[in-house]
Amino acid sequence: MEPYESVDFFGIEELLSEDERLVQHSVREFVSDKVIPDIAEHFEKATFPRDLIPQLGELGVLGANLEGYGCAGLNNVAYGLIMQELERGDSGVRSFVSVQGALVMYPIYAFGTEEQKQKFLPKLATGEFIGCFGLTEPDHGSNPNGMITNAVKDGDSYILNGNKMWITNGCIADVAVVWAKVDGVIRGFVVEKGTPGFSTTLQEHKFSLRASVTSELHFEDCRIPAANLLPETGGLKSPLKCLTQARYGIAWGALGSAMASFDCARKYSVSRIQFGKPIASFQLVQAKLAEMFSEITKGQLMVHQLGRLKDQNKLRPQHVSMAKRNNCYQALEIARTARDMLGANGVTYEYCVGRHMLNMESVKTYEGTHDIHTLILGQEVTGIAAYE
Amino acid sequence: MEVAVCLKRVPDTASKIRVGEDGKTIDTSDVQYIVSPYDEFAIEEAIAIKERQGDTQVTVVTLGDTAAQKELRLALAMGADSGILIKSDSALDANQVARNLAAALEAKSCDLILFGRQSADDGSGQVGPMVARILGMPCVTDVVSVELLDGAVRVEREVEGAREVIESSLPVTLTAQKGLNTPRYASLKGIMQAKKKKIEEVEAQPFDARFPVKSLSPPPARPEGKIVGEGVDAVAELVRLLREEAKVL
Ligand SMILES: Cc1cc2nc3c(=O)[nH]c(=O)nc-3n(C[C@H](O)[C@H](O)[C@H](O)COP(=O)(O)OP(=O)(O)OC[C@H]3O[C@@H](n4cnc5c(N)ncnc54)[C@H](O)[C@@H]3O)c2cc1C
Repeated sequence: MEPYESVDFFGIEELLSEDERLVQHSVREFVSDKVIPDIAEHFEKATFPRDLIPQLGELGVLGANLEGYGCAGLNNVAYGLIMQELERGDSGVRSFVSVQGALVMYPIYAFGTEEQKQKFLPKLATGEFIGCFGLTEPDHGSNPNGMITNAVKDGDSYILNGNKMWITNGCIADVAVVWAKVDGVIRGFVVEKGTPGFSTTLQEHKFSLRASVTSELHFEDCRIPAANLLPETGGLKSPLKCLTQARYGIAWGALGSAMASFDCARKYSVSRIQFGKPIASFQLVQAKLAEMFSEITKGQLMVHQLGRLKDQNKLRPQHVSMAKRNNCYQALEIARTARDMLGANGVTYEYCVGRHMLNMESVKTYEGTHDIHTLILGQEVTGIAAYE
Repeated sequence: MEVAVCLKRVPDTASKIRVGEDGKTIDTSDVQYIVSPYDEFAIEEAIAIKERQGDTQVTVVTLGDTAAQKELRLALAMGADSGILIKSDSALDANQVARNLAAALEAKSCDLILFGRQSADDGSGQVGPMVARILGMPCVTDVVSVELLDGAVRVEREVEGAREVIESSLPVTLTAQKGLNTPRYASLKGIMQAKKKKIEEVEAQPFDARFPVKSLSPPPARPEGKIVGEGVDAVAELVRLLREEAKVL
């Protein structure tokens, strides 16, 4: 197979520092060597490549933008580049890393006690512990504020009841960051695997993110130590802060997926001969490639500045909404077009485009659907919330 | 122990290479650069030796323009301790490169100097042995295993149909062949630590060019293939041509 070529039409690499480039280089090599060779088979068999976990830990991508506790302490542009490179491989692998870092390590880091940080973060950073994030419920997706899961204080414990659904890593997690209402206020808890009253079931039969574990979490009078409450959590803004971290990474990740689809479609169209010439010589095909190329470049410029804003502490969740919404939408469109350009070959696992297309359906939906982000932007420009 | 690794920044082996306007060097626009792959084996070996032996300093050295800092930094991120950049904006011949490297390494009194067996661009394979010669050290080329003994080293080379085991006293220069090891990825923590490591910069000295490149040209375009027929019927003719014209059977 020909080596992967990313897009850098506007010379964005020149805007990167030396260490940001090295991070991108290292993760790109890792993805080429360790992720790409087996990922289609995992996708087809609906298995998660668990052997990658310790290797991802060793490379240092888990919680890479956190300081201390065994984390690499990278800036947010370097972190974004990691997500981009990982999702060039597969959205399932990027999802694993996003959940672990932005949705499990981040809340413990931001809302946890020193003991909680010492206990969980170093092991999550190496991949010895796997984490999951339970917010969505069967009846509450876009509207998590309506959640039913609740926790009642009982002496030195909390008693948890409720169900979570669509939880990435659920069945394989050692620690679950679970959101539940205490007297009507959303709080975060760390629930450890094996706690009586806590069980999981695997959600099967997905056609998307097949190389990723998705699960239901069940809490039935699940008694957890009061010390497992994340003390600084309070209200919907706490899980939303985590989601802003994860969505930030997704905005970058989606570009990786888009670049993989584009690279594949471009090479294929140059080598595929129909009517005696490469299909790339037909205007319709060129128009598709030109469109993809432009959208990827626009998306790159957007996330680059998004990252710089985040590093300067000027980032607002609405900025992230725009980038997540735009880049996921474009990546899905690009994957669909690329799939089309490969003809029948586009529906096989031999080429990555079909897999990316199917994956992007989930990525467009989770972490705030496309339409919910539309409404967030609508509120930004009008001052009127249309989703409540 | 003092270990040095000489590495070279070369065009990515995946880049499409065009000859530049001067007809002697390549056109560097749109070219991505990497550490020459054989040199990565040398870096990995040095770091692995440091991890096994302890109390070892690994210095990485390159000759190139300021951009080559990035390749040194990669080696530092993999685990080397310090770097030396010998700055030169123009292309030098193997003699000039070897003399500059030797000059930079002389004061270090290295026990071990490692090179890749050849660079991925020029591929002359001369620089390692030349540096060894200038510094008066023995040199073993194309090694596939390295074992440190007390004040000596045992290395293996793959020779046609056999494996050769060689012992040399220290100091020694070795050039790395594929199969020596699997280079590690620079970890993200390693990359952060490398930011604090020192890269010393010195200007390249104007040694004589002994064998400068006079011209560079792309390989001739491949002649068009010949279709001798279709299906089973074509086999006899194909075999005849392979035997009589191509003389490969
Ligand atoms: C593979 C996968 C992995 C996931 N992993 C996790 C995880 O790890 N943790 C977790 O907590 N969740 C996870 N999710 C859940 C995900 O975040 C939710 O599916 C998502 O928030 C949407 O919720 P829903 O599926 O209930 O859809 P709904 O909220 O029911 O939405 C259905 C449709 O209605 C639209 N809609 C809803 N409300 C409005 C409105 N007010 N105005 C206009 N349109 C509206 C939506 O845009 C959407 O098109 C995952 C989902 C998938 C598919």
